[in-house]
Amino acid sequence: MKREAYIVVVALLVAMAAGSVLILAFGQSPAQVYGMLMAHTWGDSYGLGQVLFKATPLVFTGLAVALAFRVGLFNIGVEGQMMVGAFATALVGASLPDGTPWVIAIVLAIGAGAVAGGALGAIPGYLRARFGAHEVINTIMLNFIAGALVLWAGRTWFFVEESTHTQTVIESARIPSLGMSGSAANLSCFLALIAAAGVWYFFERTRRGHEWRAVGESPLAAETAGIRIGRSITWAMAASGALAGAVGANFVLGYKHYFEEGIGRGMGFMGIAVALVGRNHPVGIVGAALLFGTLSQGGFAVNELVPKELVDVLQAVIILAVAATSAEVRRLATR
Amino acid sequence: MKALELRNVTKRFGAVEANKHVSLTVEAGTVHAVVGENGAGKSTLMHVAYGHARCDEGRIFLKGEEVSPARHSPAESIRRGVGMVHQHFMLIGPMTVAENVALGREPRRGLRLDLETAADELRQLAAKFGFDVDPDARIEDLSVGEQQRVEILKVLWRGVDVLILDEPTAVLTPAEVRDLFGVLRKLVADGMTVVLITHKLDEVVEIADRVTVMRRGEVVAELTGTLDVGAIATAMIGRPVLMQVDKRPASPGAAVLSLQRLRVRGRRGAAAVRDVSFEIRAGEVVAIAGVVGNGQSELVEAITGVRPIVGGTVALRGVDVSRAPVDRRHRGGLSHIPEDRQARGLVLEFSVAENLILGRAREHGTPFGLDLASVGANAETAIREFDIRPADADAPARALSGGNQQKVVVARELTRPGMTLLVCGQPTRGVDIGAIEMIHERLIAARDAGAAVLLVSAELSEIRALADRVLVMYRGKIVDQLDASQLALDSALERMGRGMLGVTA
Repeated sequence: MKREAYIVVVALLVAMAAGSVLILAFGQSPAQVYGMLMAHTWGDSYGLGQVLFKATPLVFTGLAVALAFRVGLFNIGVEGQMMVGAFATALVGASLPDGTPWVIAIVLAIGAGAVAGGALGAIPGYLRARFGAHEVINTIMLNFIAGALVLWAGRTWFFVEESTHTQTVIESARIPSLGMSGSAANLSCFLALIAAAGVWYFFERTRRGHEWRAVGESPLAAETAGIRIGRSITWAMAASGALAGAVGANFVLGYKHYFEEGIGRGMGFMGIAVALVGRNHPVGIVGAALLFGTLSQGGFAVNELVPKELVDVLQAVIILAVAATSAEVRRLATR
Repeated sequence: MKALELRNVTKRFGAVEANKHVSLTVEAGTVHAVVGENGAGKSTLMHVAYGHARCDEGRIFLKGEEVSPARHSPAESIRRGVGMVHQHFMLIGPMTVAENVALGREPRRGLRLDLETAADELRQLAAKFGFDVDPDARIEDLSVGEQQRVEILKVLWRGVDVLILDEPTAVLTPAEVRDLFGVLRKLVADGMTVVLITHKLDEVVEIADRVTVMRRGEVVAELTGTLDVGAIATAMIGRPVLMQVDKRPASPGAAVLSLQRLRVRGRRGAAAVRDVSFEIRAGEVVAIAGVVGNGQSELVEAITGVRPIVGGTVALRGVDVSRAPVDRRHRGGLSHIPEDRQARGLVLEFSVAENLILGRAREHGTPFGLDLASVGANAETAIREFDIRPADADAPARALSGGNQQKVVVARELTRPGMTLLVCGQPTRGVDIGAIEMIHERLIAARDAGAAVLLVSAELSEIRALADRVLVMYRGKIVDQLDASQLALDSALERMGRGMLGVTA
């Protein structure tokens, strides 16, 4: 654990050094730019709110990737599972009768997202378990299918006329804002923390979690011990997809209140990076999500001094530095 | 002349001293065996000599010339004519023998690779020492014994005349061991030196001129002249060992496992088990004798449920489980000590405690998850009862020696509640003498407690010590059977050996 944290800190320092070179090339002072980045994220209430808002979906998608990884599976389909889930959340949230109690409304809306994302995840899981079809290829392909399917269904049936978004969800299905000077932060960030704690508890403290880790570490030993590998793989992919599908809680129920074409785009793929930098550990994932949320929000703040693409470079360098030292990447490369 | 000399070598791994002030002299032109239990430090010592590991103290002499430990390396050893063949082969499957041997030192003609020269040189070497190896054959098509010969050729081709072999017979069949020893004798007759790291004492007695016995990182004995297994074994584990298992005649009860015309395909789709039928009754040990690769592995996999069957039936206490999943068979009383403990017996990244509940987590469940106190208590008990070392429930299985890894598997499988059938594949392969003794006693205790035991082993001595009945398997069929009275005859070993080679009277 110590070693893992050390790797991430070194990656961060390398990224800051590389960033400093770029900042100097733009004729600015690194100290000033980094200072500004921090001041407008962790330094004021609106900035912090935006960081939380941006980190929340990354926690979900990062957990989704990490969960699959610990069962020996590489879920690249988080993006598609997230889209389908957010869409389902918006549709169910909008179709509930007005005056549905908020507990029921929110649970049903998020549950619909989780079920939709989970179903999409279960498909490549089952194909892997039953036919040995590689989940990386199938999840990538399903991303295209899911994205196209959602847009087609939306345009054909669900989008409000002359628009690219669905009906707004009912009042009681909305997750309350945290305020924070008008930022988009909402209570769903606590759901993300609960999800992280849940994933930790599952793997470290439950029988099924122990069995799934055995499947991930050594499928042959798991099989010999009587653990049903096929079933574990299918359900692990479903659980991974469900985590990704629950992400609509943040930007649908907590912010926009409807599903819109392009909403949340890229958060699924970013989840892969979050899981990698967070070393597949729930605590690390929450930290990595906050880090990427900070960089993404900080980009806007420093835009007047340097192009905001600078933070993309920082992000990329962090990912590269962590990836270069990561056992997971080595394991994938030799699979 | 001294081929190899170590003076006062100490090697530490953290706080553990793997070698404590060890001195060793290997005379040129001899076969020198270094023996000891797993973890006694014999492999470490040879890695120090070869330059794979750096010692913390001590001096190293190769062919009488000192090598500074700081600058020592395998490349340096080979330059000075000392080569090592490791227990795990380092060969590339899809490449040919010649390509593998020449790897890293390919002969060239101008810019072109000149493998023909390498192949010719290999043919000459092979002919000289009586190796039967085709330089153009692909590695993956060769048997384990042939692959080992390629590894030996690899170092010989580099002009080495001192050969260090790390546990060379661990993976070989009895016939292959004989071939290997024939090759080694030729090498020595030609003036070469062989250092043999092993824990199989009968082999030491057969081939070695001199024996260094190690225990807990120290040299405890140097023996030469007429070697005696008992004396070496006593030195090795520090107390006299009973090579004979104390065992009463079996009193078999009702049939526990019944196979009817079982047919199973092997990994490549060819028939591996062909129409095998037999029964094992409660309270008896039935052994399958056979040369590795004659269908025993597939037979065990079919019985334990990890390999689908093509035809016939497997019944456990009268219940047809031919197509039942593994967990259902476990619930029906099956315990399984797999042949390949590292791949199938253990999750190497898991702790000892976690491995001890692998597939048995159900027994330690609460409505809210695993009962960690119960998992811990289970581990404490197993570590104590089965003498698992180090006695650390949180140590990853990977960090344990082979013998202790096997004790973890044995502990988990022998303590299953309601065990009625125990299937063990090569239960003592690569395990040191002290642990073998313990495992054998436990197997007999399981039998006496009423379990039916199926033992698959390539070691005829093990079969003879444990089995109440023996089935000889050859090319997927049972070709001979010996009952207890036949096993007691002096001719039993020879009869089994003949059957294993397909020669039936």
